[in-house]
Amino acid sequence: MLDRPAMVEPLDDDKTPATFTGNRGLDQEESLIFEIGRLDATGVDIDDPAPVATRLGALERTAPIGLPGLTEPETMRHYVRLSRKNYSIDAGLYPLGSCTMKHNPRSNEKIARYEGFADLHPLQPQSTAKGALELMQALADWLMTLTNMQAVALSPKAGAHGELCGMMAIKSAIAAKGESATRNVVLIPQSAHGTNPATAALLGFSVRVVPAAPDGTVRAQAVREALGPEVAAIMLTNPNTCGLFEREIVDIADAIHEAGGYFYCDGANFNAIAGVARPGDFGIDAMHINLHKTFSTPHGGGGPGAGPVVLSERLAPFAPVPFIRRNSDSFELVEDAERTQSFGRLTAFHGQMGMFVRALAYMLAHGGDGLAQASKDAVLAANYVRASLRDVMTQPFGDRICMHEVLFDDAWLRGTGVTTLDFAKAMIDEGYHPMTIYFPLVAHGAMLIEPTESESKASLDLFIATLRDLAQSAKAGEVARFTPAPRLAPRRRVDEALAARKPVLRWTASAAA
Amino acid sequence: MRYHPLSEADRSAMLATIGVPSVEALYADAPAETLLKASLDLPKGKSELDVERFFAKLAERNVPASRAPFFVGAGAYKHHIPASVDHLIQRSEFLTSYTPYQPEISQGTLQYLFEFQTQVALLTGMEVANASMYDGSTATAEAALMAHRITKRRKALLSGGLHPHYAEVVRTISRLAEDEVETMGPDVGAVEELIARIDDTLSCVVVQTPDVFGNLRDLTKIAEACHKNGALLIAVFTEAVSLGLIKSPGAMGADIVVGEGQSIGNALNFGGPYVGLFATRHEFLRQTPGRLAGESVDADGRRSYVLTLSTREQHIRRDKATSNICTNSGLCALAFTIHLTLLGEAGLTRLARVNHANAVLLAQMLADVPKVEILNESFFNEFTLRIDGDAAALVEKMAARGVLAGVPVSRLLPRAGLDDLLIVASTEVNTDEDRDAFVAALKESL
Repeated sequence: MLDRPAMVEPLDDDKTPATFTGNRGLDQEESLIFEIGRLDATGVDIDDPAPVATRLGALERTAPIGLPGLTEPETMRHYVRLSRKNYSIDAGLYPLGSCTMKHNPRSNEKIARYEGFADLHPLQPQSTAKGALELMQALADWLMTLTNMQAVALSPKAGAHGELCGMMAIKSAIAAKGESATRNVVLIPQSAHGTNPATAALLGFSVRVVPAAPDGTVRAQAVREALGPEVAAIMLTNPNTCGLFEREIVDIADAIHEAGGYFYCDGANFNAIAGVARPGDFGIDAMHINLHKTFSTPHGGGGPGAGPVVLSERLAPFAPVPFIRRNSDSFELVEDAERTQSFGRLTAFHGQMGMFVRALAYMLAHGGDGLAQASKDAVLAANYVRASLRDVMTQPFGDRICMHEVLFDDAWLRGTGVTTLDFAKAMIDEGYHPMTIYFPLVAHGAMLIEPTESESKASLDLFIATLRDLAQSAKAGEVARFTPAPRLAPRRRVDEALAARKPVLRWTASAAA
Repeated sequence: MRYHPLSEADRSAMLATIGVPSVEALYADAPAETLLKASLDLPKGKSELDVERFFAKLAERNVPASRAPFFVGAGAYKHHIPASVDHLIQRSEFLTSYTPYQPEISQGTLQYLFEFQTQVALLTGMEVANASMYDGSTATAEAALMAHRITKRRKALLSGGLHPHYAEVVRTISRLAEDEVETMGPDVGAVEELIARIDDTLSCVVVQTPDVFGNLRDLTKIAEACHKNGALLIAVFTEAVSLGLIKSPGAMGADIVVGEGQSIGNALNFGGPYVGLFATRHEFLRQTPGRLAGESVDADGRRSYVLTLSTREQHIRRDKATSNICTNSGLCALAFTIHLTLLGEAGLTRLARVNHANAVLLAQMLADVPKVEILNESFFNEFTLRIDGDAAALVEKMAARGVLAGVPVSRLLPRAGLDDLLIVASTEVNTDEDRDAFVAALKESL
């Protein structure tokens, strides 16, 4: 095998290094701002306000808030120290399946901060934001071309918000046909993201689970058997959360349409097929696109995302406001739903403009062919990992071609005393963020690996070598390498049960005293 | 392509390991007729320099807030952001990490979320806060849904001072989720008879302060009426800086407090990304939407933070979840937290006073302008003007004179017959010269 990462010390049961790198100078413990800040300290110098008679009625605050402040150098140090306790895609391969942790170009950060974009108010006159509207339309055009769909709603703030948008459009279309009372069931495969059933339930639909075939995909026959006049829609992810292309997707689309329902496609995994195949050609009616996955806007520790939704001709009239209308020589933002069939408004303003800039910059940098290359490299990398580990780890649906992510289960760990969780935590001691674990639910002890197109072959080889080494170690019964892991991270295993049993969700002076 | 490390030789070697002749073979599961046979009609890739040129040209066609005397508010506000905020949020470890599912290597994110939750709870006067929502408007809709779950009633009453776009977001989701909403008429002077409308069929009453017209509202009596009828009071704010100077919604009896956090640490961004703040009482914790960071210990007994109470959430509970939210606004929450740490209580209070003083100064100057009337009894940094004429046309005329004057009420409420109203905001960025320019452009444009 290749050399192991230099930062990993050989493990010794009698010794627990205090820090990830073993270098105490670089990783300090850091208290809360409430423990180091002072009520009278500030890192912002502000001139005295003009002496005026206040207009606050009787509502001026009299009690202190209790917010500590820090000067600028203290603030810098506090947050830099905190940052050093995080893993990041900039620092290493981040194989979280279904999350798509790919390279985040810094040019996109720079462009998003041009004051002509970052310093624009959503309600300033449209005549002073023409370039912004043109940018939004350019992004919409790219998304429609890549998906072969007829319209796009830009305002959804993240993937789940996009799902809500798409399902609201579907519910509105059903209402327009006078079928609201009867069509109230949504079909969802067992492997779906949790957001799918949560979204359907939020809109008052009941969820009917569609079983997967033994190969991990959904059969059109199974959909037909679940269909009826009460079915409003199917929510299907393609490629699915097992990393498999839904082979019968066109037949499934036909089946749902024949039954008078709509096809919502969860586009979380669009990054496997962008530029290679167009969801509109599958026969879908709506799909959200996570700009923070496929088009690389940074995940930021859990957001912000952006979830524009492409819509078919049938759903386009129901798109939320605001939307952009193309006039002869300019673009207009339509903000008023009156006299349209729009289902209404999803958010106060026009969507995640900061993310639109970054995503469009990513698209322009790649070009159409470059995006196809990104998809292919992502699929190639996942299959390379699969082919390189298939002799030591097991796959729930047999060894078959996957898309941008490869799913393993824990059958190969049975009897070793090592669980999926232990294996994941041991990866941390080897310098890696673990893969997605225990999702999708259809695989026992799931381990879902998505390497993305951003990794070099050398990086993939080192990752594979490390996982092989761990796998062999687990099979050899070297439990001591797993159950106490991680030992080299900023923290050992955190007691999640305690956190849930006695929730402490904020600092309080009394608890500290 | 500069973002793709694999060479052709690498690709060939990898295909050999996989045992397929070509990448195309990896797409064998896709129906053949759906695979593209030719390139899409899209441009070729561009160099970094050319991409930046493309966007620079688009950016030039916009008028940024910093390039004009700027008085636009109504839900988003122009404030100065210290350079260290933007520097820190661009640290790789914050910018390019995922939701902190592995706490052992995500303590940075988890600790700042814990700090953020504490700051939001303190600021709003509530017991607990979550780790952020998309923005203030979606937080408001989520609060109404939460009130329905808690009270087992399904009717919300919206104040006429609630931002009309927020009200639309609540109405949209309520209509499609088959819940009821009553909306009071636009309440320019904060005189609506809300209390008379509160009865025991309501799950919640949603009131904004400062309201969209800029008025400050005392929530105390509304809270009492809500509680007497078993309903919850949801308090909304769109200008977080106001909390530095005015009584917190929690102190006035609110049960859920939601708001827009953009004002602290986050740029205008033409509407997003922003950060929704969400705070409530401890007793409602298990009905709260969104992520929560909690304190715990690790195997060595060291204080640690971890995402908690996830049995409320979609990835565990699926169709029984409290919300479908997954990704939230982590990085915007970090910007909020860093800026608020820099300010501290002393800085926030001072910033709020400067905002208020600047608005009062402008109001005093406008008192002398004929054909213009300020409709507010009270305000923080924003108020509503009645002008003699159409406010939308006035805004365009003033923009032509280089002043971005405010938001015409007709843009938010197109058919309310309030076309002569203009919402004007003034923050710490406004100077004496800006105010003079505003008054001069106004006089010339009326």
